[in-house]
Amino acid sequence: MSKVRLATVWLDGCSGCHMSFLDMDMILLDLAPKIDLVYSPLVDFKVFPENVDVTIVEGAVSSTEDEEKIKHIRGRTKTLIALGDCAITSNVPGMRNTFSVDTIMTDAYGPDHPVQVIPPLLDKSVPVHHVVPVDVFITGCPPPAGTIVKALLAVLEGQPNPVPPRFG
Amino acid sequence: MTPATTAKVITLTIDDREVGAREDQTILQIARENGIRIPTLCFLEGLSPAGACRLCLVEIIGTGRVLPACTTYAAEGMKVRTTSEALEAHRRTVLELLFAEGNHVCAVCVSNGNCELQDLATKLGVDHITLPYLNPVHAVDASHPRFILDPNRCVLCARCVRVCDEIEGAHTWDIMGRGIDARIIADLNQPWGEAASCTSCGKCVQVCPTGALVEKGRAVAEMKKRHALPQLITRNKEHAS
Repeated sequence: MSKVRLATVWLDGCSGCHMSFLDMDMILLDLAPKIDLVYSPLVDFKVFPENVDVTIVEGAVSSTEDEEKIKHIRGRTKTLIALGDCAITSNVPGMRNTFSVDTIMTDAYGPDHPVQVIPPLLDKSVPVHHVVPVDVFITGCPPPAGTIVKALLAVLEGQPNPVPPRFG
Repeated sequence: MTPATTAKVITLTIDDREVGAREDQTILQIARENGIRIPTLCFLEGLSPAGACRLCLVEIIGTGRVLPACTTYAAEGMKVRTTSEALEAHRRTVLELLFAEGNHVCAVCVSNGNCELQDLATKLGVDHITLPYLNPVHAVDASHPRFILDPNRCVLCARCVRVCDEIEGAHTWDIMGRGIDARIIADLNQPWGEAASCTSCGKCVQVCPTGALVEKGRAVAEMKKRHALPQLITRNKEHAS
């Protein structure tokens, strides 16, 4: 059996979901022969490749950069997994949604906040599936390592996520 | 002691099972007596039913209608279905609307892990909200010395309104506005801490299914509630009479 080309990406999240992914510990060794990690903050590839079988995305879509990135990734991915509550509900990043972007930037960085170089924030921080279609949802903040294992193994075998949702 | 009843005894069918009941019983009561589970949110044993949340919708076969089980009385020969693809879809949509209309952030909520809204999402398999979030702007009312009202987490079940009126007898809480603008108010839309009718008994906090009414000083996931309170009080009253 050929290896599954797996990618992970980190949008507007705290990286806690990636930490939970690493928290699979020894199971990562069982997973390793089944996958090729082709893009991830955990490895040093610069460009998101073509023909990715499974992409795991952590974090909400909060900036124009996030939006471009996830659209680009969706076009090169067969199965897109939203990992964790930020990707699924916009969660903590979404708590800014009742304020205007200008209020947030001015409150945080003062009236002279940068308007160039850093990617502009979208009006609202939104879940990934509000921007591109998502195939599998793994809830939790973060999802426990055991949940990720069960869901990921099922996805690798083309099965639905067997773990019931649990926000928070 | 159960008060004597003159209600007629009837037979109806729930999920193809024939069950006996009294005609003054609701479909929800009869289903529960017979071990048939119907999801509920606004319903709470010991309080009057409100029919506010629509999670307990059931099909009354032959009428082409769905009705809330908590406020619909049984009738002779009635045929009820408590689960079907359409009902599951209705219930999931109700939950999605509740999530989309509020600002529910389970991860940072004091009621994380002890929330009926969160539990229902798990039970009904709601793993994402397809509807756009409205992100309403709601101020938190922390004017009461012991409790907090956070309308961002309110699902308008009116349990607080009912427990305050029916059991405490204070009627501090009410609902103001209609539809999407509806919200919980204290007395004449005053800060809770200035509501003269409030006895600070805390029953509203104990029956609230989410983190909308909570005790002060609780951190994330620390707020555990006593939802059985109205049921216990009602039973004690019945025993005493």
